[in-house]
Amino acid sequence: MILDRLARAVDDRLRLSPLTRKALAKIFPDHWSFMLGEIALYSFVVLILTGVYLTFFFDPSAADRIYHGSYAPMDGATTSAAYASTVRLSWDIRAGLLIRQTHHWAAVVFVAAILVHLVRIFFTGAFRKPRELNWLVGVTMLILALANGFTGYSMPDDLLSGLGLRIIVSVVESIPLIGSWLAFLGLGGEFPSDELIPRMFVTHVLLVPAVLVALISAHLAMIVRQKHSQFHGPGRTEHNVVGSRLYPSYTLRSLALFAWVLAVLFALGGLVQINPVWLYGPFAPAQATTPAQPDWYVAWGDGALRLFPPWEIHIAGHLVPAPFFPGVVLGGVTFLALYAWPFLERWCTGDRLAHHLLDRPRDHPVRMGVGVMALTFFGVLVVAAGDDIIARLLRVPVYGVLNVLRVLVFVLPALAGILAFLLARALRRGDAARLGELTRADLRVGRQATGGSDARREGARAPDEPEMPAPDRPGEQIELWPDGEVWRWRYHDEPAGLAILSNRAVLTEQEAADAARLAYPGVDHVTVPGPPPPPPPGRVRTTLRRWGNAALGVSLLAAALRQRRERRRGGGGDGPQRR
Amino acid sequence: MSRRPPVAAGPPGVSRRIVLSFLASAAGAIGFAVTYGLGGQTQWEGVCLAVAFAGLAIGLAVWGRRLVPVGGYVEEHEGFTPPPDEQAMTAAVLTAPDSPIRRRGLLATLGLALTALGVAALFPLRSLLPWDRTRPIRALKETPWGPGVRLLTSSGQPLRPEDVPAGTMVGVFPEGGTGAGDAPAFAVRLQPERFTRPPSGGHLDGVVVYSLLCTHAGCPVGLYLKGTGQVLCPCHQSSFNLFANATPVAGPAARPLPGLPIEVGPDGFLRATGDFTAPPGAGFWSRP
Ligand code: HEM
Ligand code: FES
Repeated sequence: MILDRLARAVDDRLRLSPLTRKALAKIFPDHWSFMLGEIALYSFVVLILTGVYLTFFFDPSAADRIYHGSYAPMDGATTSAAYASTVRLSWDIRAGLLIRQTHHWAAVVFVAAILVHLVRIFFTGAFRKPRELNWLVGVTMLILALANGFTGYSMPDDLLSGLGLRIIVSVVESIPLIGSWLAFLGLGGEFPSDELIPRMFVTHVLLVPAVLVALISAHLAMIVRQKHSQFHGPGRTEHNVVGSRLYPSYTLRSLALFAWVLAVLFALGGLVQINPVWLYGPFAPAQATTPAQPDWYVAWGDGALRLFPPWEIHIAGHLVPAPFFPGVVLGGVTFLALYAWPFLERWCTGDRLAHHLLDRPRDHPVRMGVGVMALTFFGVLVVAAGDDIIARLLRVPVYGVLNVLRVLVFVLPALAGILAFLLARALRRGDAARLGELTRADLRVGRQATGGSDARREGARAPDEPEMPAPDRPGEQIELWPDGEVWRWRYHDEPAGLAILSNRAVLTEQEAADAARLAYPGVDHVTVPGPPPPPPPGRVRTTLRRWGNAALGVSLLAAALRQRRERRRGGGGDGPQRR
Repeated sequence: MSRRPPVAAGPPGVSRRIVLSFLASAAGAIGFAVTYGLGGQTQWEGVCLAVAFAGLAIGLAVWGRRLVPVGGYVEEHEGFTPPPDEQAMTAAVLTAPDSPIRRRGLLATLGLALTALGVAALFPLRSLLPWDRTRPIRALKETPWGPGVRLLTSSGQPLRPEDVPAGTMVGVFPEGGTGAGDAPAFAVRLQPERFTRPPSGGHLDGVVVYSLLCTHAGCPVGLYLKGTGQVLCPCHQSSFNLFANATPVAGPAARPLPGLPIEVGPDGFLRATGDFTAPPGAGFWSRP
């Protein structure tokens, strides 16, 4: 076959096959929450693809241009080239509106996916050693994603985004000492300057995406190097990763996810209107739209601007205007806290160990409380960005809503945080596996007990949950066997009916034994001659129950496999059962 | 390995489902091309592409879950605490006698050169600032308004006092500077006897002129509530009482709208007698 010959030819020159074999066998944990980062990644790819298309038609210039085209209300009108080209892109260029809207939706999904990804990393403690660096990279990407969303949103030079831009410029100007210099450095003059649109354009399409590409590469490289973390489970230790291999299973599933992201984004882009700039009209310094709400991911800043009282500070003839606090201080504190969290937590708990097993959110009640408090706080701010809409819907004065929100923004997060803390503590201490099973006794125990210890944590583990493999546990062993010219091994827990296969074959028995010793320190090894073991049952029990036969694919062992299967069929079961 | 095992047979029906999904995907792609070719229609284009990618997604997902093994594999961690002798070996290479990082004196001058270069490289950033009116603070404080500048309406017409109606606000712009971002103002006619505080820019028979830009973050205060004499900012709902020199009465704004001092010129049209009584729009450090 041609491919075969090509592969051999490349390998003869670069000797890639050992690397490739190892890379293809990389293990991905089978848990949905590990897909969140991938959704972000694929939205970013969509952003690049659609964005490049848009650059062919968008004219990043503030110069006057007369619009001629099929949007009748504007035909013959003179606006900025940026605005006119956006309207042209939406009305007169085939597939232009589809791509424009898909680009905007992809941005919305991108930021949302990063945020949910961050929340999952936070609550499961995936940022702990050795992954702190990747957390820092991640927070930086979040900031860049927000920044790029904002510049993209502002470039079409429409009335709505012009207002947002003016507000941001005002927030920058509010910075003591250097504010107005910074604003002028960005704008090249006073707002609204002619330089602004081209500058935002080059930032949006080149600078920030280039940095994002570099950071995403670093992010993924670190994940490959450090391997994935994983949740607790049978046969999972701090020294291994259990799941599916990159090839074939994860390649197919990840491509499927990519296709899903594309499908959803194009469906949204085609069917759900977003940012119809032709309805807002071009930017004019003396005009405003109402109501004026920004994209959701900057809404928390807008909400904070609304809620913060009219307090200004005068220092020796100088002014610190009100927007400084909700704009600059809140944003700065938020991202500093995000950057600092892994180190703060390590400092508070004194936990300097590396962790590859993830926490369940309940395992760390303080983190749970702080996280829920922060999420509630930002949730209230986002709601506050719609105070005028709420007031109109409820038919109450907007200042009533404002005053209620000014109280809620402190009360709700505190309540939610304390509640989350108490529930997590009770769950951790008691026997309940889920919220519904909590008893009053659990809550009371939670209140009385002091300090956390690992002993209690072990006790809190649900009975069916595994423990760390230990040398004194009978029934647990590593089995090694020759398979043709190569060696394989597996972890076998006879009483639990659990067998986990090594992710790749190796050349010698010694290599196999070494790998097994790293993955399951302290577990006894035996060499078995064959017949080779049954197909791996895996974590996805239900999948296997439904599709027990799929295990056939393991199948360099096809013949023997068939034999075992006959036997199991005879037993009436349709798949290996763990319990 | 030269010996190739036969392709594993999957559960019955699975391959057929995958094939159908891929065919649906191809149909979606063709549908998109046809829609485009026929002149394009955003909704159809979106639906066709969505079908194309969803077909791909379903086919790949079924393939990845049912024809290949899922789960049940383990990979070992090598551990991240490097053995001490390994670290020592690396350190030895880096700190060998001829190692550049041990030449402190040379390194110091190299550092100096690089620092100088780095600082010099910052200078061209100055070009991002405008060259003409160097000091941003002056630019922020000053507007095109000044003595004798006539008030124009949005259609470019000069304005007589009697053109200002009772009950609506009229946007006004400085003659010769209508495009400026900090200049927009509005004129409105009020009953002078209802003033609780004198307007900072004075008034002509109840006609007052204020900056249109909210003192919170600079949005135009577009909504005039005639009965109460209040203007409202649509961005964060600050409101200003025009009877009390446009002082903020609610919302996040902290300073009154600056007034524009006006008079009637010899031609009978309204004109400014100076700039705003304070810098318009959002506050900044050097604002008096
Ligand atoms: C541009 C946006 C981002 C992309 C494309 C991205 C992509 C990914 C992917 C594909 C993974 C592996 C799957 C997973 O564990 O979920 C991952 C893991 C990780 N991400 Fe992100 N991510 C982004 C943003 C972030 C942010 C905002 C944070 C945190 C503040 C973050 C922190 C991490 C960490 C610590 C891991 C390792 C977690 C583990 O192994 O369990 N990432 N990222
Ligand atoms: S800009 Fe007017 S209230 Fe914020």
